[in-house]
Formats: sequence, C-alpha cells, structure tokens
Amino acid sequence: MSLDISFIGVLIGSIMASSVPLILAASGELITERSGVLNLGVEGMMIIGAISGFALMVITDNLFIAIIGSMLSGVIISLIFGFLTQSLLTNHVATGLALTIFGIGLSAMLGKNFVGIPGKDFPILFSSLRESIPFFGPILFGHSIVLYFAFALPFLTNYFLKKTKLGLVVRAVGDSPVSASNQGINVILVRYCCILYGGGMCGLAGAYLSLIYTPQWIENMTAGRGWIALALVVFATWSPIKVLIGAIIFGGISILQLHMQAVGFRIPVQFLIALPYLMTIIVLVVISRDSRKIKLNTPTSLGRIFYKEK
Amino acid sequence: MEDRLIKIEKRNDVPTTLYFFTPFIAIILTIIGGGIIFYTLGFNPIEALKFYFITPISNLYGFSELLLKATPLCLIAIGLSFCFKSNNWNIGAEGQLTFGAIVGGGVALLFYNQEGFYILPLIIIAGAIGGMIFALIPAILKTYFNTNEILVSLMLVYVSKLILDYLVVGPWSNPEGFNFPETRQFSDSARMPLLFEGLRIHAGILIALAAVFVSWFVLYKTYLGFQIKVSGLSLKTAKYAGFKGKTMILIVFMISGACAGMAGVGEITGPIGQLHRMISPDYGFTAIIVAFLGRLNPFGIIFASLVVSLTYLGAETTQIFLQIPQYTGQVFQGMILFFLLASDYLLFFKIKFQNFNKNELRH
Repeated sequence: MSLDISFIGVLIGSIMASSVPLILAASGELITERSGVLNLGVEGMMIIGAISGFALMVITDNLFIAIIGSMLSGVIISLIFGFLTQSLLTNHVATGLALTIFGIGLSAMLGKNFVGIPGKDFPILFSSLRESIPFFGPILFGHSIVLYFAFALPFLTNYFLKKTKLGLVVRAVGDSPVSASNQGINVILVRYCCILYGGGMCGLAGAYLSLIYTPQWIENMTAGRGWIALALVVFATWSPIKVLIGAIIFGGISILQLHMQAVGFRIPVQFLIALPYLMTIIVLVVISRDSRKIKLNTPTSLGRIFYKEK
Repeated sequence: MEDRLIKIEKRNDVPTTLYFFTPFIAIILTIIGGGIIFYTLGFNPIEALKFYFITPISNLYGFSELLLKATPLCLIAIGLSFCFKSNNWNIGAEGQLTFGAIVGGGVALLFYNQEGFYILPLIIIAGAIGGMIFALIPAILKTYFNTNEILVSLMLVYVSKLILDYLVVGPWSNPEGFNFPETRQFSDSARMPLLFEGLRIHAGILIALAAVFVSWFVLYKTYLGFQIKVSGLSLKTAKYAGFKGKTMILIVFMISGACAGMAGVGEITGPIGQLHRMISPDYGFTAIIVAFLGRLNPFGIIFASLVVSLTYLGAETTQIFLQIPQYTGQVFQGMILFFLLASDYLLFFKIKFQNFNKNELRH
C-alpha cells in the first residue's frame, strides 16, 4: 500500500512538471490578451525560446544565462509581432500565424548544429526532502526553480490584474482602448509592453522544455503546446487562477495517457493524445454558449486594431 | 506648427494598383531578408538564393514539381478565400485536408483490388464531403454555440492527424506491410491520371484550375458572392440588408472544407498512392499565406501558389546542396506574410516627405 501512495506522489509531481510550460505560456498570453491583443504566435515564440535557451546553455555552459537569454529571445521575436500589429496596424490573427510559421522554421535552422547534443542536469531544489518525506516529498520538493516560479505566477498575475494600478491600466486598455486613451493612457505603449511580456514568458516556457523537462534540442519540440496554451486562456475565461487549474488538467491528461499506454490500456493511444484537444473544444462550447458569460469575461477589444488619429 | 519631416495621413480609399502591387514588394523584401539569413549562416547569399529560387525550376522536371506543389496550395487557398472574405477565420484547413484524405482514402481502400472509371470520381466526391463535414464542426459551433472558430478549427487539425495515425497503424494498415504505418497501395483506377509521361504533375491541377474559375464566377457574378463580400466588409450592413448570416457562415466553411478535402485526395491519389502519416507538409497552413499573398483574388491566388510552392522546392534544393534544414521553407513563408502585412500599411496610409516645404518656410 505504501508503494501505491508513493507512486501517486510521483505521479502528481510529474503532472505538475508537465503543466509548467502551459502555465508559463498561458499566463503570458493572458496578459497580452487582457490588453486587447490576440497573439497567435505562442507556439513560435516558445520554440524560439527553446532553441535559444539550449544553444546558450551549450555555448556558455551557464544555465542562468541560458534562461535569461531564452526570455530575451522571446521578447525580441514578439517585438516583430508588436511592431507589425501596433505600429503598422496589421491584422492580429494573420500576424500571429506568420510568427508561428516563421518561429518554427527559424528555430530549426538555428538548431541545426545542436541536434543530438545531450543536455545538462538542471539543479533541483530540496532534493533530500523529496526522498525523505513519503507522499508529499515528490509533490512539493525536488523541482527546478522554474516550476516554483510557474506555480506562483498565476497568483502574481491575479494580484497584478486585480489589485495594482498598472493591472487596472492593462484591463482598461483591453476593455475600452478609446476611453483609456482619452484618460491620457498611451494605449499603444501599454500593448507593446504586454506583448513583450507575453513573449518573454513564452520564451521561458520553451526553455523549460529544452533545458529541464526533456533536456535536449529536437526540431518542433513544442509539439502544439503553444496552441494548447492559447486555448487554455479561453478555457480559463481570462482568469489567471483558472489557467493554473486548466494547465494541471491538461498536464494530467498527457501524463495519464503515457501511463495508460505503459499499462496496456485498451483505448487507442491516439484517442488519449487527442483528449486535450477535444476537451478544449468541449469547454469552449460550454463557456461560449452563454453569450453573456463570455462577454462578461472577454477583453472587449480583443484582436481589434486600435488607431489614434494624430 | 508641427515640425516633422515625415507626415503620415490616412487614405480615404485604397488604390487598386497599389493593392495588387504590394505583394510584389513583399516578395522582393523576402528575397532580401532570405539573403541576409543565408549570409549570417555563413553562405554566399547570391549563390544560396540561386539554389533556392532558380535551380529548382531550371528544368522541366522541376517545373512540374512546382505545379505539383502549387496544386493543393491553390485549391485550399481558393476555398479559404471564401472564408476570409466573409471574416470567418478558418485556420484548420490542414485538418480538413487530412479528414478529406481519410474519407477519400477509405473509399480508395474499399476498391483496392478493383478497376473501374467510376472509382476516382467517387474518391474525389468522398474527399470533398469529408473535408466539408470536418469544416462544418467549427462552423456549426460558431453559428449555434457562439464558439471561436479559430481555436476549434485549429484543435481539429490535431484530432484529424491522430485519427489518420490511428487508422494507418491500426485497422487500415497494410496486412502485408510488415507493420509499417501505411495502408495498401491504391489500385490504378484510384490514381489521378498523370498529364505527361515521366513527370509527377497529375490531373488534380485541372480541379484546382476549375476551382479558380468557379470561385471567380461565384464571388464576382452571383448574389451569393455579393453577400459574402458585403458581410466581410461590414456585418451590420449585411444584417441590415437581410442576409442570412448563419447560413452564409455554414456555406463558406463548407466550400472551404470541400476544397481542402479535395486537395488531400489529390495528394493521396496523386504522388503518394496510399495513406500514411505524412500526407501533407502543412499545405493547409501554408495555403493561408497563399490566400493572403493572392489578395483573396482567384487569379492572384494562382500566382501566389506558384511563389509559395517555390519556397518548398527551394528549401529542398538548399537542403541537398548546402545542408541547410528543410525548415528554411517556413522561414521564407513566414517572412512573406510578415512583409505582406507590413506593406499593407502603404495601402491605408499616405507617407509624405515634408522637408521641402520646411525649407520653403525658412526662406
């Protein structure tokens, strides 16, 4: 029996680990969308973060530089999106798609010489406590610092949006850019900042994959997680805490699917892998059906171009 | 007085010539951008660009390959143009292509040991219906449940690819295939006729060309096309004019899905000849770029599909000659769309250089 309990502990720990990239990317995108910008380039920004983090780790042999560098590269690549949508007033959907296609291609080009290089062990915290406490050890301890940060991030994001003046500014810009602008808020500047922040978080999410979760570089290694993160934001009706819950559910499905395969469960593997995508659709239908509910939560100006006559 | 050198003014109407000219600016900027990327990777940019854009189409075989890859791109983009013109963001054409190929491929497998003139038309119709059904899912959810079609159509891409994966490793896998993830070879009657001996270009291109003319006719000569365009420009106007918005959303998604489904069938009955995991190198996503580059205009889309098809071929050639990963294709495709969207700025805004006026003022 004790074996079962410790196994469940390990299982929960691995579910947490698999949800980290989703939490990071979705929390970043949530801020971007709350400011009224729909950036469909999450997948592209994540994969750029993954390759630049891994490349920097190989070149500098310093994990701190690698993590910071991956965030910076996410910021830089999202700057393209910001410049196009905010300064040149391009369509958010098309620009985001271009960013994803471009990011996947560029990462494979940059990563050409990094395929097959083994990664480095990422330092984990409290590893002794992990072994000594039976059930809670593997859940609470022995994780990387990025995981702890990721699990704190939704709460910080919630606090930022609800309790700080800046958070209010972001929400105002997203819900009513015209009145925000009339109040003297620089709408374009706020949106630029939110886009760059989202880019940084997506870069970190990518680096988590290539440095910590599966420490190596594989072409297209984000494997659609960016799109799931995007769906998660809608799933969570733009609420940071629900992003955390959703990410754990999605991470849980992907881990359970692995275990069910190992046990030789009779349901086809492909169906289990498809579950997160199908669930996203079902949840979208459930929350969207009530148009009042979705209107109440959706940033009113999401995806719309803001132009101020000078 | 404002004292700026450059003044930006909003245009009142978009000049048509400029509207069709900016895609060319985007292509030129992409070539320059590609040269810079090749240079930073340590290659001679002129030579690399030559490998990319000239070498692939320097012989007849290459030209046939260009048309071969342009065929699905053109067909899907034609379908997407109906959606995009009416402001419906169907970005799941890749899924509709895959599902069309599954349904069409299923019919082909039914007749695997039979010959007959009726087999290929049946497969094409089945593929179109398959794509249509798959496109109806986001359309129905959008019209009756108010659900975002971008996310639903995209999620369904993964679902359709997993269904295909399940079928080719499971129930539909070739019994004599040593457990390879692929189905039986289709019979000869289930294959697209080749147009020229020794070249891979097949009759699917005729379907694509037919789609171009039909879409031109529907969009520019019929009441339905008028409704589609008006609701793309202004939903309020469309409602005021009494157009049935919901029915129209279903129709444009069905057209788009049918085109993507037929493109999928064209691939499996054309160059591939069976079902396996990799039936499309993301044609469904790339076709979105084709639709925009072609300005959602049927004839513009023909031109755009050739340009984007060349990025696929160029990526293959540079991989062979310069060992650059094949993903360069996507870098070029992404750049084309970036530059195209950026150059749209010129459509909506006039840029005036004012330094002459300023000098005059000083005198």
